[in-house]
Amino acid sequence: MAPPSAAVAVALLVGGILLLFAGYSPLKAYAVMWTGAFGSLNNLAETLLKSTPLILIGSGLAVAFRSGIWNIGAEGQLYAGAVAATLAGIVFTGLPAFLLVPLVLMAGMLSGAIWGGLAGFLKVRFGASEIVTTIMLNFLAIIATSYLVTGPMIEAVGKFPQTAQIADAARLPRILLPTRLHVGFLLSLGVAVATYLLLFKSSRGYALRTVGISPDAARYAGINVGAGLLAAMAISGGVAGLAGAVEVTGLTFRLYQEISPGYGFDGIAVALLANNNPIGVIFTGILFGALRSGSEVMQMNAQVPSVLVSVIQGVVLLSAAALGVFRITQTNNQEE
Amino acid sequence: MSETILKLDKIVKTFPGTVANRGISLEIRKGEIHCLLGENGAGKTVLMSIVYGLHQADSGHIFYQGEPIDLRSPKDAIKRGIGMVHQHFMLVPNLTVAENIILGQYPPWKVLRRMDQVERRIEKLSQKFGLKIDPKAPVHRLSVGEQQRVEILKALYHGVDLLILDEPTAVLTPQESSGLLRFLKEMAGHGLTVIFITHKLDEVMQVSDRVTVLRDGRKVETVDTSEANPRILAKLMVGREVFLEQPSKKGTQGEEVLSVRDLSVDDERRLPAVKGVTFSVRSGEIVGIAGVSGNGQSELALALAGLSPTAEGEIEFCGEVAHNISPRKLSRLGFAHVPEDRHKMGIVLPFTVAENCILHDFDNHPYARNGFLQSKTITAHANDLAQRYDVRLSGVEQRIGELSGGNQQKIVMARELHRRPRLLLVNEPTRGIDIGATEFVRRQIAAQRDAGAAVLLISSDLEELFALSDRLLIFFEGRIVGETPARKELIEEIGLMMAGKSMESFSAEK
Repeated sequence: MAPPSAAVAVALLVGGILLLFAGYSPLKAYAVMWTGAFGSLNNLAETLLKSTPLILIGSGLAVAFRSGIWNIGAEGQLYAGAVAATLAGIVFTGLPAFLLVPLVLMAGMLSGAIWGGLAGFLKVRFGASEIVTTIMLNFLAIIATSYLVTGPMIEAVGKFPQTAQIADAARLPRILLPTRLHVGFLLSLGVAVATYLLLFKSSRGYALRTVGISPDAARYAGINVGAGLLAAMAISGGVAGLAGAVEVTGLTFRLYQEISPGYGFDGIAVALLANNNPIGVIFTGILFGALRSGSEVMQMNAQVPSVLVSVIQGVVLLSAAALGVFRITQTNNQEE
Repeated sequence: MSETILKLDKIVKTFPGTVANRGISLEIRKGEIHCLLGENGAGKTVLMSIVYGLHQADSGHIFYQGEPIDLRSPKDAIKRGIGMVHQHFMLVPNLTVAENIILGQYPPWKVLRRMDQVERRIEKLSQKFGLKIDPKAPVHRLSVGEQQRVEILKALYHGVDLLILDEPTAVLTPQESSGLLRFLKEMAGHGLTVIFITHKLDEVMQVSDRVTVLRDGRKVETVDTSEANPRILAKLMVGREVFLEQPSKKGTQGEEVLSVRDLSVDDERRLPAVKGVTFSVRSGEIVGIAGVSGNGQSELALALAGLSPTAEGEIEFCGEVAHNISPRKLSRLGFAHVPEDRHKMGIVLPFTVAENCILHDFDNHPYARNGFLQSKTITAHANDLAQRYDVRLSGVEQRIGELSGGNQQKIVMARELHRRPRLLLVNEPTRGIDIGATEFVRRQIAAQRDAGAAVLLISSDLEELFALSDRLLIFFEGRIVGETPARKELIEEIGLMMAGKSMESFSAEK
């Protein structure tokens, strides 16, 4: 975990210099940001709420990246999951919670898995670059969602571009009243642990990691490389879809345009910064969640534009990448 | 001749967990070819990387042309006239020869404007030294031997006085190797000092003026080559008597295990690489496949191993049709394969030794239960293999990439042989590994034959083929151009067949 924390330190330093140039006191801004993220029970809850989709998506992407497939489409897969979950939550109103909640979450997961699996299929069958197809599928999912909430799925009143609320029984229980923190956060921790076990403790994960490191060695070992890539894509898409379902059932209770402020893209950073280890993703997910929620407060209370926080996030990533490269060259030099 | 150009004084270099150099002192004379001999892991490359500025010594001093020098990077070394050609070439494949040679020169905008001048200078250099090369050719189109020429030219272009070569012949054909050795001797005649890292005894005897033997990070001795012989050097290198002779050939041949009929295979670019070969291998025999590499041997191996589709023909393995069936199924039938490219296929470099030991069995009982890896069983299995096959490591949780090539290959051999194969396909089993491991690997191959396995051995090392095989098939341009008993006396005929002369043409001449 040394490189991530070093990266954060470097980023805060660079961000501080930027703040200084922009005419703000860095110390004050950071103090406000810290309070904003962790200063009260409610602020902490908001941070964890924002971390929830990041941890989910980051865990899924860790699986994809370890398997050597570059899923840039978590954002679209999140939307695909959110659409399916909303649909299920609106249609199956008669079911009791203990059936409906799992059903809604499964619908989101399945939808995301299909959306991700589509890119995996195109890769395996036609050799289409998953980077290109997942980015295109992002646009498709986001625009389709806009269409759905302005047309076919618009609420009965029809005033705003949003769907009707999902059934009460489909909503995730809250766990830290009076805050909005819901059981989805615990679910994200569970998913992180499960993906960790999958990747590093199971024989399937062994096969996936082999595929990711060396397709030739994987074939030699009798592993079906195409199936591995497809599975990795479906798993990461499924988890991103679950994140969409969790947003709908835990927080928004309905679908509208731009339901995600870019969690799918931040999730890439979250996974990479954690060196694609789902346990590490828990921490980097909370870090990015804190940056997000802290920045909102910083903007309100210190009048620092939250764009600067995006800059800090960017610098965190760049320094993590730089330190990663540094570490790789170090180990390479040590080989005889 | 006696002037000292480079002096190393008590160089110590440690890496986390290992000591690479334990206080090595060494003197290199101007204009000599000095061989640095030692097994992999003896510290040769690390020592020379320090001289080249890639690593910094923990303690000790380097004197170059009499003055103490402090090298922070290869740039410092090149400035002083020290050049190094690495075992793995450091070339950019999609740049031209000339672009590769000026890579890293500043400022680039100035250098790039003078490209035609650069190209002319390279041409002149290559003519002067007899290293034929087209400066405008993209590097990825060059053969391995030519790429090495580019590396050497690069050093000469920067005007080096001391050239370090790290196992330069490991990637060359016998003809290319002897060409290189001749060239080095000539260069030394012109006043270039050459340090030649190797573990091949015959090269030391052929090319060097003096030789320094390293073992376990220490200098054992520096001797004049004229006063040495391979036996003495091997003993210094390994620290004990080495049996350079190979195990006797005494297999009892049994039934046909592998039979190949009219097999054709295409390469990655879908061009025919193997063109209708027919042969068989019986249990208890080693059939060697000789040939200059790139004549279809690799494609044959991949097709036999179920890793690339066959275009035409049949493969029968233990009486079952075995073309285009999965590696997994082949492995269940008793097929084991030691692949040509260890790093790309045989092992997964970032995995631990233990993880590498279960590459074929990762989802089989007892290594996996209910889908979960059984780390205790896996560790115990790896420990067992490492011990039985004499693998030197600090623990099976070590990354396999940290082991020497010889130890990596021992792991591959252990993993494959542990399954008691009926057919063993070994492709370049000792390429790039040290003498101790080579001896060990060859014994293991012979032992498999003695135990009744059928062995197909592909090697570009004729010595190896003579030492192990019962008979040889000679490959040229995807065809078998001849079959001979594996007897050293036939080397001339075999050499000619490797160059494309068919067996019939011999009988016709007679």
